[in-house]
Amino acid sequence: MSDAVAHHPTSTGLDSRKLAFWTFIGSECLLFGSLISTYLVYKGRSVTGPTPAEILNIPLTSVSTFDLLMSSLAMVLALAAVARGDRLWARVWLATTAALGAIFLGFQAYEFTHFVQEGLKLQTNLFGSTFFTLTGFHGGHVLVGVLWLLTLLFRSFQGKLGPDKALLVELAGLYWHFVDVVWIVIFTVVYLIQ
Amino acid sequence: MATAALAIEAPQARSGIRSWITTTDHKRIGILYGVTAFFFFLVGGLEALLIRAQLGSPHNTLVSAETYNQLFTMHGTTMVFLAIMPLSAAFFNYIIPLQIGARDVAFPRLNAFSYWVFLLGGLFMNASFLFGAAPDGGWFGYANLTSLQYSPGLNIDFWVLGLQILGVASIAAGINFLITIVNLRAPGMTMMRLPVFTWMALITQFIIVTAFPVITVALVLLMFDRTFGTTFYSVAAGGDVLLWQHLFWLFGHPEVYILILPTMGMVSEVIPTFSRKPLFGYAVVVYSGLLIALLGWGVWAHHMFAVGMGSVADSVFSATTMLIAIPTGVKIFNWIATMWGGRIRLETPMLFAIGFIAMFIIGGLSGVMHSSAPADLQQTDTYFVVAHIHYVLYGGAIQGIFAGIYYWWPKITGWKLNDGIGKLHFWLSLLGMNLAFFPMHAIGLLGMPRRIYTYDTALGLDTMNLVSTIGAFIVGASALVFLFNTWWSRRKEPAGADPWGGATLEWTIPSPPPPYNFTAIPEVVSRLPRWSRTEMKAIPDVPPEPIHLPPGSYWPLVAAAGIVVLATGALLKALILAIGGGAIVVVAIFAWAFEPFEA
Repeated sequence: MSDAVAHHPTSTGLDSRKLAFWTFIGSECLLFGSLISTYLVYKGRSVTGPTPAEILNIPLTSVSTFDLLMSSLAMVLALAAVARGDRLWARVWLATTAALGAIFLGFQAYEFTHFVQEGLKLQTNLFGSTFFTLTGFHGGHVLVGVLWLLTLLFRSFQGKLGPDKALLVELAGLYWHFVDVVWIVIFTVVYLIQ
Repeated sequence: MATAALAIEAPQARSGIRSWITTTDHKRIGILYGVTAFFFFLVGGLEALLIRAQLGSPHNTLVSAETYNQLFTMHGTTMVFLAIMPLSAAFFNYIIPLQIGARDVAFPRLNAFSYWVFLLGGLFMNASFLFGAAPDGGWFGYANLTSLQYSPGLNIDFWVLGLQILGVASIAAGINFLITIVNLRAPGMTMMRLPVFTWMALITQFIIVTAFPVITVALVLLMFDRTFGTTFYSVAAGGDVLLWQHLFWLFGHPEVYILILPTMGMVSEVIPTFSRKPLFGYAVVVYSGLLIALLGWGVWAHHMFAVGMGSVADSVFSATTMLIAIPTGVKIFNWIATMWGGRIRLETPMLFAIGFIAMFIIGGLSGVMHSSAPADLQQTDTYFVVAHIHYVLYGGAIQGIFAGIYYWWPKITGWKLNDGIGKLHFWLSLLGMNLAFFPMHAIGLLGMPRRIYTYDTALGLDTMNLVSTIGAFIVGASALVFLFNTWWSRRKEPAGADPWGGATLEWTIPSPPPPYNFTAIPEVVSRLPRWSRTEMKAIPDVPPEPIHLPPGSYWPLVAAAGIVVLATGALLKALILAIGGGAIVVVAIFAWAFEPFEA
């Protein structure tokens, strides 16, 4: 597939898939922008508890945030390994990125169940509605990213992820870093600035 | 070609029903879009005629209040999302690759996917009629009219899910055309040599890609309110119904430009061709389009003057709204200046283009009236606004699309449409729309509210309403004249490669174009390749070397079907069905990624 690109030089010199992905990310910015705005507009307007201050666990979420940030580092190393044709390290770093993503999802699953036990559900108050919707959408994006990374890992074990396929890893990386950046915003807005 | 163990045979059929189901050819997908969207246009038109029949006389009992609500909701929703947008998409598909000298769009399978999602989403939305539960909350679906408390039936669920499905199609198509225009231009086709239709299409895609996520969020929150009992739009729980209005119009006003910019592009092609003059002020027209798109993001709250936002917000949105009239006015002057001193031929496409300008000016002027908040308070929710939007969207968008249809029909089919019948179509359409919509200005100013299923004789508006109804039926008749023309004109007047003496690349190749479009990719040396003194290198009659054509694929259709199954599961609250639909989507995405396919 990649030699098709060589046959059809593009107007900008950039691969169309990469441009398309940047455009998609632009579109996603508006999606998360709307969700975050909704969270901010409704901040402090819940008529019943629990409130964010009562329930959010900043130390715990700092750990999961750190975990997600480290996954971006692993993603960079995975792309570098694929690009230089280093199969072993490509697999190690792809697996690490996916695992760190999965751990983040584990943290989120724990956080969600813990909140429900504490009496904060999606329907409880505006904080619950906006919090679970925003972080749930983000978690869904992480889940898609983990599945994507596992697919790439599987292709690598099949021997079909050589340096000529580095673009495919780069696209996954773009997505992954974007999801990571969104989390930094969410962590700041929801957890740190209460 | 991939030789993976996962390889799935790609379908290669080039004729028969299977070839249409699996097609990835932008021209075929364009035709599918056009036919489907025109069908929905007729459905939406039928709904309009029922509305006007009901309003033809006071205290009419043709339809019940409930049915009336469903009719005006589905009329608006259908015309915006299922008729005008996809009619434009039909031209994006067919014409953009031809105008930029490309063999297809950037992502042929994604293109097919967009079409199937649009088709199935449209059918999903209209399936609500079978349940007697068509959406009835208006095309704007204001909270809290749409809450479970006030709309307990499936009506709003059909609307919420249907619009989300259609949003997927729009965003996918938007990204696809954007990349196509930016990245697949022939050598020498610089950005400032792009035909104006393609330029306006590019700007439109930019708006689509950024505006649709906003309404998606608004709809998701509403869906959560209705399905999971959240309180996003519930005042009792501290929520704010205005959140919906802000999110909706933050999408809704850019949407207006999504509807009108493509047709501005179409008339910008038609008017120079039929005036035998290059477009006056090409660069200004392009920049005006960009400015409209940018300003279009800063005017949304002029739809909300009546909610009491305060004088500062009202003033700001009044000012931005008045500002946006400037680039729009600039375009109108450019079209008129293009015709000035030109050798004008008044054939059908040109008539529709001139009709577009004239009617759009009227709609634009009433639009400027709305920008003044005090005036708007008198006009809001009355028929005055209905008059405005129909001058802009019928007089503007639909007439512009008909200009495009008559202009490019010969390119698409190889046969010209009959000019005499076309002129009859135009005059009937123009007469009908003015009879239907002009009285609405007065009806509205005299106090008749929108969206009310009947009225009293004491209002003194019986005659004007009857005139409006007669006008609507004349518009309906004009659409039948058009359909008759398409049948009458079949295989009568062969078009040849260039029936109008057009300037742009699509007229350099046969009508209809061969599957590969260009035998050799052209090298563009000027903005108007066929009118320019520096002649373009001739395009050979037979391909100098074998041309690779992308194969077909079933997976776009399967993925689209999965999305609709998922939505049906959500509609019926059937978890198994939703999971099944999700699984179909996942399988289709993987099969899509791994099937042997070379674009």
